Amino acid sequence: MAGSIPASAIASPAAAARPRIGPWREAWRRFRKHRLAVASAVVLGTIILAVLIGPLFWSLPIDEIDFTARLEGPSLAHPLGTDDLGQDLLARILYGGRISLAVGFAAMSVAVSVGVLVGAIAGMAGGRLDAALMWLTDLFLSLPQLPLLLLIIYLFRDALTGVVGQELGVFILIVTVIGAFNWMQVARLVRAQFFSLREKEFVEAARALGASRARLVWRHILPNALGPVIVAATIDVAAAIIAESTLSFLGLGFPPDIPTWGRLLFDAKDNLDFAPHWALFPGLAIFLTVVSINFVGDGLRDALDPRRVQ
Amino acid sequence: MAGRLLNIQGLKVHFKTDDGWVHAVDGVDLSLDAGETLSVVGESGSGKTVTAKTILKLIDMPPGRIMDGSILWQGEDLVPARPERMRDIRSKEIGFIFQEPMTSLNPVYTVGEQIAETVRQHQRISRKAAMERAAEMLSLVHIPNASRRVHDYPHQFSGGMRQRVMIAMALSCDPKLIIADEPTTALDVTIQAQILDLLNEMKERLGMAVLLITHAMGVVAETAQRVIVMYAGQVVEEAPVEALFDRPLHPYTQGLIRSIPRLDLAATEHRRLEAIPGTVPSLLSPPQGCRFAARCGYAIEACRAAPPPLREIAPGRKVACIRAEEIA
Repeated sequence: MAGSIPASAIASPAAAARPRIGPWREAWRRFRKHRLAVASAVVLGTIILAVLIGPLFWSLPIDEIDFTARLEGPSLAHPLGTDDLGQDLLARILYGGRISLAVGFAAMSVAVSVGVLVGAIAGMAGGRLDAALMWLTDLFLSLPQLPLLLLIIYLFRDALTGVVGQELGVFILIVTVIGAFNWMQVARLVRAQFFSLREKEFVEAARALGASRARLVWRHILPNALGPVIVAATIDVAAAIIAESTLSFLGLGFPPDIPTWGRLLFDAKDNLDFAPHWALFPGLAIFLTVVSINFVGDGLRDALDPRRVQ
Repeated sequence: MAGRLLNIQGLKVHFKTDDGWVHAVDGVDLSLDAGETLSVVGESGSGKTVTAKTILKLIDMPPGRIMDGSILWQGEDLVPARPERMRDIRSKEIGFIFQEPMTSLNPVYTVGEQIAETVRQHQRISRKAAMERAAEMLSLVHIPNASRRVHDYPHQFSGGMRQRVMIAMALSCDPKLIIADEPTTALDVTIQAQILDLLNEMKERLGMAVLLITHAMGVVAETAQRVIVMYAGQVVEEAPVEALFDRPLHPYTQGLIRSIPRLDLAATEHRRLEAIPGTVPSLLSPPQGCRFAARCGYAIEACRAAPPPLREIAPGRKVACIRAEEIA
């Protein structure tokens, strides 16, 4: 009975020739099939690239006041026109985009970190701790966000800017506040994932082979829960950009000399009648960014959903 | 009995449910010497898997609870052992093979990474050395092109191949005992035979003991030296494998053996497959006397009155039936 049993002699040559298909490569293959998502990824990549290196090529200063060129429409000298002080809008949008995108990604990181932490603890602990954490999550979900955001920023902006300087202070405050109001969906997602994953055989198998609890969570459960979290994270970036624009539009975001997209809209609102381009272009930037992020998120959901086999 | 590798005495594992305590394992004795293969047989719900998992404390506690008994592993009682000690024993001293090879591997890592991870939990060796060890283990379990296949993901393996990977993983830390919980149930018949052959071969090569949990009598005949038959959370019979098939003592064992499908007879005599009538009693409130009495053709008044003790009626042969001598 003992002796060598070749498991499958036929399979071996094929196995040698076949390329490796990792889960990420497979996801990429599926993502590519989603045309809209790929197009959106290109648009988003262009926007990110433009705000990162655009100011190097379009070297007009963002704050050069030129009263001879007030409220001008698009022209060769100012492709996106000028505002009421004759400042070049293209330069301002490129610069402001950095802030808007930075806020979006930073706030998303905060939201995802908090969400994953809360969800993972709740999902692993179960019982009373889980109930308490979910109660907290529901509490946050039921808070009226905008009034609270305004209140928190109104209360703490001056205190914080006094400590770390105005720009950084506002940035930290806005990122924290937006992040603090966007983690709940991620927490629920992660908790649900943990509940189903921790009962999976491979988790039990890893436990039977001597893995510690921390290792089970970190190496075995979390990576398997990541797909939906990545999708939620992209949506969070979009939500954070919108939230920042809203705050800036209400005059509670960054100070006037930092032209984020929302701030540009705020400044443009009084001149809509005779300078629609002023509001149009920052609005378009927000719209394109958010829409493309959402489509990329859509594509990722299809690509990362293990139940979808094509 | 001090020198035995594994010696379980009077183990009771109960589970708390909304309806009360389920007596899943109710006084099981089981012992195993180094290098021996012991098979535990019984139908679904007989407590065999719970017994196996309790050895490594893999049952969820709560709702599970070890009510009584001892699990002596090389003389050390594992019932009061701390979680850190249990982690150390898992895979380094006792390996475990699961029933479901299709889902027992983590889909996001290559099989090599998973074997290497297990090795690195117990040995301080470099990532590279661990990967080499993984490839070595894969070729040991006869996976072709092992050095290439370590970089493949679980979904690129078939069921039988994955069970080989699981066996390689369980063996990677040179355990003294392998617990295999229905390792072939999820596989088709030809692959089953291959996996059992592999287990036997590994056992002979590496000299470890095997505790084989199964509900298939055919698997028992093929691999084990000694057999324990479990019914409703208790041991009803223990015997060397030949003796058990030759002359089963307990009515339940007789029923089990009769219910093995026989292709040779079916073709000529058109006999129906024999089954044991009735179902396993509820373990919420098990009957007072013999738990098999309700399904047993030989049951008498005395059977229902008091639980039959597990008696040794010949060297190595134990049975929990008061009428064993008359009916065998």
